Amino acid sequence: MDPEVRFDRVSCHFGNVKAVDDVSFEIAEGEFFAMLGPSGSGKTTCLRMIAGFQYPTQGKIFIHGEDDSNLPPFERNVNTVFQDYALFPHMSVLDNVSYGLMVKKVDKRERHMKAEEMLELVKLSGYGNRRPSELSGGQRQRVALARALINRPRVLLLDEPLGALDQKLREQMQVELKALQRQVGITFIFVTHDQQEALSMSDRMAVFNEGRVEQIGSPREIYDRPGNAFVAEFVGTSNVLDAVEAQRITGIARPLSLRPEKITIAGPSQGKDGLSGVVADVHYMGAHTRYIVDVGDDAPIRIAVQRQNVVGDDLKVGSSVALSWDDDAVRPLDGAEQ
Amino acid sequence: MSEALATTVTPGPSLTRRLSGFLYSHPHLLLSVLLLPPLLWLGIIYVGSLLALLAQSFFSIDEFSGMIVHEFTFNTYRQLFSPANMDIVVRTASMAATVTIGAALIGFPIAYYMARYATGKTKAFMYLAVMLPLWSSYLVRVYAWKLILSKEGIIGWAFEQVGASWLLEMILALPVIGGASLSVSYIGMFLVFLYIWLPFMILPIQAALERVPPSLLDASSDLGARPVTTFRKVILPLAFPGIVAGSIFTFSLTLGDYIIPGIIGSSRLFIGQAVYLHQGVAGNIPLAAAFSVVPIVIMAIYLSVAKRLGAFNAL
Repeated sequence: MDPEVRFDRVSCHFGNVKAVDDVSFEIAEGEFFAMLGPSGSGKTTCLRMIAGFQYPTQGKIFIHGEDDSNLPPFERNVNTVFQDYALFPHMSVLDNVSYGLMVKKVDKRERHMKAEEMLELVKLSGYGNRRPSELSGGQRQRVALARALINRPRVLLLDEPLGALDQKLREQMQVELKALQRQVGITFIFVTHDQQEALSMSDRMAVFNEGRVEQIGSPREIYDRPGNAFVAEFVGTSNVLDAVEAQRITGIARPLSLRPEKITIAGPSQGKDGLSGVVADVHYMGAHTRYIVDVGDDAPIRIAVQRQNVVGDDLKVGSSVALSWDDDAVRPLDGAEQ
Repeated sequence: MSEALATTVTPGPSLTRRLSGFLYSHPHLLLSVLLLPPLLWLGIIYVGSLLALLAQSFFSIDEFSGMIVHEFTFNTYRQLFSPANMDIVVRTASMAATVTIGAALIGFPIAYYMARYATGKTKAFMYLAVMLPLWSSYLVRVYAWKLILSKEGIIGWAFEQVGASWLLEMILALPVIGGASLSVSYIGMFLVFLYIWLPFMILPIQAALERVPPSLLDASSDLGARPVTTFRKVILPLAFPGIVAGSIFTFSLTLGDYIIPGIIGSSRLFIGQAVYLHQGVAGNIPLAAAFSVVPIVIMAIYLSVAKRLGAFNAL
């Protein structure tokens, strides 16, 4: 079966800037796919190329097996939820949602009926007569979703869909978007710079950096087995050690990543098995605490360690501690397997 | 030592500080203090004089003595509605409407280009090109146009050079809007009005288009709309308040102008000229006032129709 979306060596240049540089990947039908990266990494340009707002400078984009690289947006069976929602301010919510059908010349009664159905799907029944300006940010987002889904697209694109919402609403919408995708059963491709969001929502994700895809895989693969230092540091936090540091700390002379939560930290009262160090800083984060520990005698290396808070934590700045970890917590970053 | 110095030198808060503190904690007082002078200006000089004008139109003039009779009467309005005066009103309103439509048709594409495509230096140049004529004397520009439009002017010359004088003559032979030469025809007057008021149409439309986020156009096209549909359903409705604002300028400025009809065109009067004549030579201030009420009424009707059409929905 053809993949839903396929990038074949796609580049997109703006003058001298290579916004997207020789990118190839595939997105399967029905997948919840995240494009993650810092701003300016090319993820949004990729999304815009799938929508048709931007054409590739080189390479081809196939949507459901057809070369759609140079097809204008209005001829693609792909719809978008915009970052600023892009609701038409001069139309009611109902007219906004039914816009796609209005364009297709579906008669007014039928398209309003369909629009009501879509509003029900996003839990906004009864809001049809309002203006977008009368809605809250979360409600506007739902309208944007309903409007993008009414044409029954093969692929739904979401550009930083939760970026403008506050933390609580964000978490709620993450769950709802996931449920919605299962319900409508179409491919969702969403762009985000929030690694937590990408990890928690997507089936698979691509990590972008400077116009290139650094790694593609399931959230678990990306988190547990980051392919390089950028991915290790951008997705979650990690102690990234170069070959020299790694040699001193682990005895393995290869660049590697060590996740803070995989390190066991033992206080002065708990014995001295493992690497000895001194706590340089303590960040209390509620459920857990992050310790910054200096290890090594003459040229200390900073290691972040994280552990669940328990009653009677007695580690302070200056405490001497011992760090230890399992062998499989160490992830080499030079490509070769362990 | 320095601490002791600081405590002895610091007096209580200074008067200005106490005043600013007081005003800060009484924002409404501050607002009224700041707003009072401009509000007085607006209230007395603007609205007040307008009401005085309205009142004048309900007085009449004594035909024998030429004195104004300060008694309420509709006589002046009866005079206004005489066929000769109504001709003036219809003539002026038609010219204003034509100029407005012409300015909208020419102004919209320019405004659209400025708002959507022009960037950096091009945009600055476009602004300058639109505004520059406003910086030179209005009279000079109108007289320049008289020369351009005259029989020996550059337009006549150009038609002659390409051997199309017959075309110009055909146009000038048209009834009502034609004339002996462009400079004494309504066509000529239309061109000059169009030239003079065009910036007032371009700038509001440009401002309205500038406020339309590009993502709305992306969204429309994303939902399947071809460019023509996007234009009709998204761009035009959102630019409409700008078009209405521009047309208020071009329409009312044309309605009230008395200089262009005096220099270009035939000797038939326009409202502005009628007002000028009645309050000047004839000393018939009530009729002049009644004449100047006409543009106000026309604009009021125009605005209420525009509101009905939803011109201000997107505001």
